[in-house]
Amino acid sequence: MGASARVVAERVEAAHRECWSVVLASTVRVTRDLDLAEDCAQEAFVRALRTWPEQIPDNPAGWLTTVAKRLALDKLRRETTLRRKLPLLVEEVGSTAYGGQADDQPTDPLRLVFTCCHPALARDAQVALTLRLICGLTTREVAAGLLISEATAAARITRAKKKIAAAGIPYRIPADDELASRLDVVLTVVQLVYTAGHVAAGPELTRADLTGRAIELAQLLVRLMPDEPEPQSLLALLLMTQARGDARVSEDGELVLLADQDRSRWDIKMLAEGVSRATAALRQGERSARATGGQSPGPGRFALQAAIAGLHVTAPSWERTDWVQVVRMYDAMLVGWPSPIVALNRAAAQSLVPGADLAEVLGELDALGKESALKAYAYLPAARADVLARLGRPDEAAREYDAAIALTANGAEQRFLSRRRASLPTTHGDAVPD
Amino acid sequence: MAQYMFMLFDSEEWYDQVTAEEWQQQMKLHTEFMAAVEAAGARVVGGEALLPSSTASTIKKGEGEPLVTDGPFIETKEALGGFYIVEAKDLDQALALAKLVPSGNIEVRPVMDTSEGAAPPA
Repeated sequence: MGASARVVAERVEAAHRECWSVVLASTVRVTRDLDLAEDCAQEAFVRALRTWPEQIPDNPAGWLTTVAKRLALDKLRRETTLRRKLPLLVEEVGSTAYGGQADDQPTDPLRLVFTCCHPALARDAQVALTLRLICGLTTREVAAGLLISEATAAARITRAKKKIAAAGIPYRIPADDELASRLDVVLTVVQLVYTAGHVAAGPELTRADLTGRAIELAQLLVRLMPDEPEPQSLLALLLMTQARGDARVSEDGELVLLADQDRSRWDIKMLAEGVSRATAALRQGERSARATGGQSPGPGRFALQAAIAGLHVTAPSWERTDWVQVVRMYDAMLVGWPSPIVALNRAAAQSLVPGADLAEVLGELDALGKESALKAYAYLPAARADVLARLGRPDEAAREYDAAIALTANGAEQRFLSRRRASLPTTHGDAVPD
Repeated sequence: MAQYMFMLFDSEEWYDQVTAEEWQQQMKLHTEFMAAVEAAGARVVGGEALLPSSTASTIKKGEGEPLVTDGPFIETKEALGGFYIVEAKDLDQALALAKLVPSGNIEVRPVMDTSEGAAPPA
């Protein structure tokens, strides 16, 4: 039975979305050469477009992997020097790896993720390479997603691939003793991919393709490491953020803060999955801390972030959020992973605890203003503006909103901040002198 | 297996006040490092300690006669104090071993293949 060209094109496109990393990763295991594997994987998808009209295979991933591997082996046989020349991806290839079909390792994509996120590569390069090799984005799409020029994206990817080959970055999952530190980099990169899509600097607030890819990656990590609480927590965090996506933008494209969101527009099913994953991960972290008498650390960085997101989405309203608990979670983060941004978020949450001393919070925010890391961070003046407005100091608040507006490149955020500034009460004649 | 150069960069103030015992202790740490490399199935192919950068001379070539000046090529707080050439399975093994070097800062660089018939680096 033949299939129409349209159906075939759709199937191939779907296969590209779902199986690209599997096909590429399995091919890398044979070639130990990223460029060659990429060429062959791409060629396999092209061949699918030609061959599938006759019959669409039952197992598209298997079909594509087999074709890509055969192409790679043909090329390697023709250029036998290649294998001698490149001791790059040092994973030993057993004889079965050349068989083709049934031997695919379910962990292959994970090896590739750890290769892309190797700490010896620059963070910028890790993200670009992950988007290119794991998510299957073209160089042009990588550039668009990261708001860099195509030439810069291409240079980053090429340089990173060269370093992988020349420096001998291995194609493997790290050993247990180094997994925790390496996993953290991988999770951070996945979160960065999500963030790049969630707060895209540009006229659009979000880029659904990037947020979708990040969630797929988190799901992949959970599938491949079901016993690790941190991938679980990251997935929970992303799902809970994603579930609120529709309510985050008003009909005229303006950013709607969590405080003002129409909660009935949240994706309840996705939220429920996020909350249950977050709860499970948090418990797992607490259990392992108890079991080792506090030897192993408690909840990880992403477990705490997921817990905060969980407190937000399970609260009946913004005002009735358990701010005391939120502050407690930020405190735990400040112990293990101190950063000016965490301190800023903590101060913002503290300002919302019923009966909070706003003057004291303002003092904390002022102190944070001295942090060079926050110099160009729009959320700091935005937070100061909010506290100043609530303290009845609208003129100072207005100046802070101006500063925040100047610092954000996102159109929706700019409109939001301008509206907040416009809603400040005006003072007559008794304006605070500059 | 690939060869990596470990370049050891440290502050040289240490030399000004080092005692004989501390010196012996430091040498012992390096002997232990070399033993750890062998134990990991890797190999120390070479390595030397260098005298402080105050003993360095630099030759700069431009137009005309090469110019000889006093001091290291790059003046930094930390100076190159020695190096190892280690043959390791891959970068991960090299980095794991480099962490064991008794030095504050270690740059790890793959050694280029310059054997007959080798291609220029890509």
